[in-house]
Amino acid sequence: MASYDNGGTREGVRAAAVSAKGWGWQHSGRAAQAVHDLELEISPGERVLLLGPSGAGKSTLLHALAGLLGADQDAAESGLLTVDGENPTARRGRAGLMQQDPEAQVVLSRIGDDVAFGAENLAVPRDEIWRRVVGALDAVGLDFPLDRATSALSGGQKQRLGLAGILAMQPGLLLLDEPTANLDPAGVLEVRDAVLRMLDRTGATMVVVEHRVAVWVDAVDRIVVLAPGDRGHGGGVLIDGPPRQVLMQARQMLTGAGVWVPGYVPATRPRTRTGAELLRGPAAGAAVQTSFGYVNPASSGPGSLAGSSSGSGDLLLHAGQLAVSRQATDSRKRGRAARHPAIAASSGVDLTVTAGSALSITGPNGAGKSTLALTLGGLLPPLDGELRAGKGLRRGAGPEPHRWRGGELIQRIGTVFQEPEHQFITGRVLDELNFGPKILGRGSDRVGELLERLRLTHLTEANPYTLSGGEKRRLSVATVLAASPSLLVLDEPTFGQDANTWAELASLLTELLDAGTAVISVTHDEDFTEVLGGARLRLSADGRPLEAARSEAAPQRVAPSDVARSGAGGAR
Amino acid sequence: MAGPRSTAVLAKANPLSKLAAALVLTIALLLSVDWASATVALVCELAVLPLAGLSVRTLLLRGWPILAAALVGGYGSALLAPKTGAVLLDWGPLLFTEGSLESGVAIMLRGIAIALPGLIVLASTDPTDLADALAQKMKLPHRFVLGALAAMRLVGLLVEEWQTLGMARRARGVGSGGGFAARFRSSLGQGMALLVQAVRRASRLAVTMEAKGFGAGPRSWARESTFGPMDPWVFAAGLLIAAAVVGAAVVLGTWNPVLG
Repeated sequence: MASYDNGGTREGVRAAAVSAKGWGWQHSGRAAQAVHDLELEISPGERVLLLGPSGAGKSTLLHALAGLLGADQDAAESGLLTVDGENPTARRGRAGLMQQDPEAQVVLSRIGDDVAFGAENLAVPRDEIWRRVVGALDAVGLDFPLDRATSALSGGQKQRLGLAGILAMQPGLLLLDEPTANLDPAGVLEVRDAVLRMLDRTGATMVVVEHRVAVWVDAVDRIVVLAPGDRGHGGGVLIDGPPRQVLMQARQMLTGAGVWVPGYVPATRPRTRTGAELLRGPAAGAAVQTSFGYVNPASSGPGSLAGSSSGSGDLLLHAGQLAVSRQATDSRKRGRAARHPAIAASSGVDLTVTAGSALSITGPNGAGKSTLALTLGGLLPPLDGELRAGKGLRRGAGPEPHRWRGGELIQRIGTVFQEPEHQFITGRVLDELNFGPKILGRGSDRVGELLERLRLTHLTEANPYTLSGGEKRRLSVATVLAASPSLLVLDEPTFGQDANTWAELASLLTELLDAGTAVISVTHDEDFTEVLGGARLRLSADGRPLEAARSEAAPQRVAPSDVARSGAGGAR
Repeated sequence: MAGPRSTAVLAKANPLSKLAAALVLTIALLLSVDWASATVALVCELAVLPLAGLSVRTLLLRGWPILAAALVGGYGSALLAPKTGAVLLDWGPLLFTEGSLESGVAIMLRGIAIALPGLIVLASTDPTDLADALAQKMKLPHRFVLGALAAMRLVGLLVEEWQTLGMARRARGVGSGGGFAARFRSSLGQGMALLVQAVRRASRLAVTMEAKGFGAGPRSWARESTFGPMDPWVFAAGLLIAAAVVGAAVVLGTWNPVLG
């Protein structure tokens, strides 16, 4: 198939050159330009990390380079953007684009077919396609039969599958739009290494947009920082140079913009009380310093962020040999369950949650962490074993959280989902926040406070779906806190978040903990776990606890060592 | 839907020959309403079931709504058909005669017999193979066929998404008002949320497909849709069963054409 080799280049790939001369783009119906006056030259084979605050037009640039902006008739383009000296829309197939959402990466239902899809669209002959498919799957390290169902893959595997599909197209330019934002640390490394292997084989040009600088810093030749395009004469390239130099020059600016610069863990409010202290109970009259003044956890008033827990150290939740499954059904309807026995996602879990204590649930993908969180949050009935609300949580309701009515649940346990959009119910930020208090027949005093605290005040009239990723996360936490739950359950709260939102979230949670709210979080984020302190429950790949979840973490470490940080740099 | 490839005998046949066979049989069944043709068809179809990898058990599990609908249809027909022959049951408004019962049974058997070929084709056909056949052999526009195929994969994800949305909304306290109206409204809201998520995911998938050069121009096919030695036999079997169906009704004198 030498006829398909375009010009003696590596693996049939000729690296692409990118050039932007005064380029600008304004989406139809938008007042400001998404990208403004961009000057950028990328030579064939270069690897570039693109940084910039949200709204700097990074994604727009990637979509333009992939030739995907042509369909927008009413958009306004200025200047010139070329791939290999030509308009990118005319050069479809020269660039391959990978996006964030692993689920939107997969087109067909079998692995081999999905990898072949792009090559088919470029009218590559059949024999050549299958040669490329096999080679591409090998390059990304996916060792499965070609007819394996794509639905059986994990998030990181789906991203690598998408990458294999791009590789089979043999593009000269690889465009990655936050390819690892939705992945756990293992998935992040899997995907990054697959990308680097591919680049080493083909020598293609790469442009990657990613907040986690540590993941890519050693792999790129250049870092380009874009400025937001809508501020007066600003826009375009702010800084451009070798990685180390850029990180040194612009460190302040980048951390200010929430970029995860290597070796940087944002300052957070340290915990002032450990769970052990809470267990012993506060000294008479002891009070906890929060940003709202002095709040006594034993009788947190309406003015505090913390929930109405009846007393610190009180037993909130107890699980004994708990087994969980998404297919679990209420025992009152067991007939159906008996005919289709569900397989436990996680089992044999023993844990106790007391007021003011933190518990982090960790473990590899597929260990059933999220299912366990949903069960602890009273959203799924237990499959087996027992889950009982303690005296401090029950407060007149039944012992089984999954039997509680909606109104009973939200003032006791607040669950924050990984995807904030799943929990939006109204079309306005303010309505969203008032929703819980209204059900409970409470006033909205707390809402104003939460708006202020989570920097959402200027967005009260906005539609929740139109917010940025960080704003959505802050809103989803605020809406749950508006009902003052005594126990907070969070599923991967820091996934894809910039450093600023991360710090706000962590500080808010330490404050809640100190004021007596219990916090259970499912997380891969080591730094986050460090800040919250408390106990840990590690699940093995088959969903069984590796060790007891009792020990209170030793000393509070607010600034972990550099080693821990560079290792965990990919942990968000 | 996206499970492992079916290993049944019929799974190896080209989807188009299966569709054609099912079509011929369905037309034959539509021509006449009588118990003989429906019974012959039903017996033949049940005999074919194992070739499609279906057991009667899975058929009942998957196809019970059709069975229920056929029963209701048959009951309705027996109730409303002309009351000829001896009276079998007379409870005021509930009057069944030999003639009306025969019509009811015929309608019920015919309903099941018409539904079964579709189930057999569905169970033994991989959606991807069907799409390949439609685009390559029937020359339907590939943008349309592959777009539908990609969309179908997303439909499978909707079930899980619906469950997740239900829990996410309960965590916000939705559905705490117990009344029927309140529950209906909350289901409506959940449906809207599902729609929003579906549209967003679909548009992201569209970007992925476009970025992979979909719809840019002529394309090649990694999997060739072919007709094998089995396909003439599949179609012939369809014809044969159809002929037997019509033949049995004519020979037994039960032929009862719908038209004319």
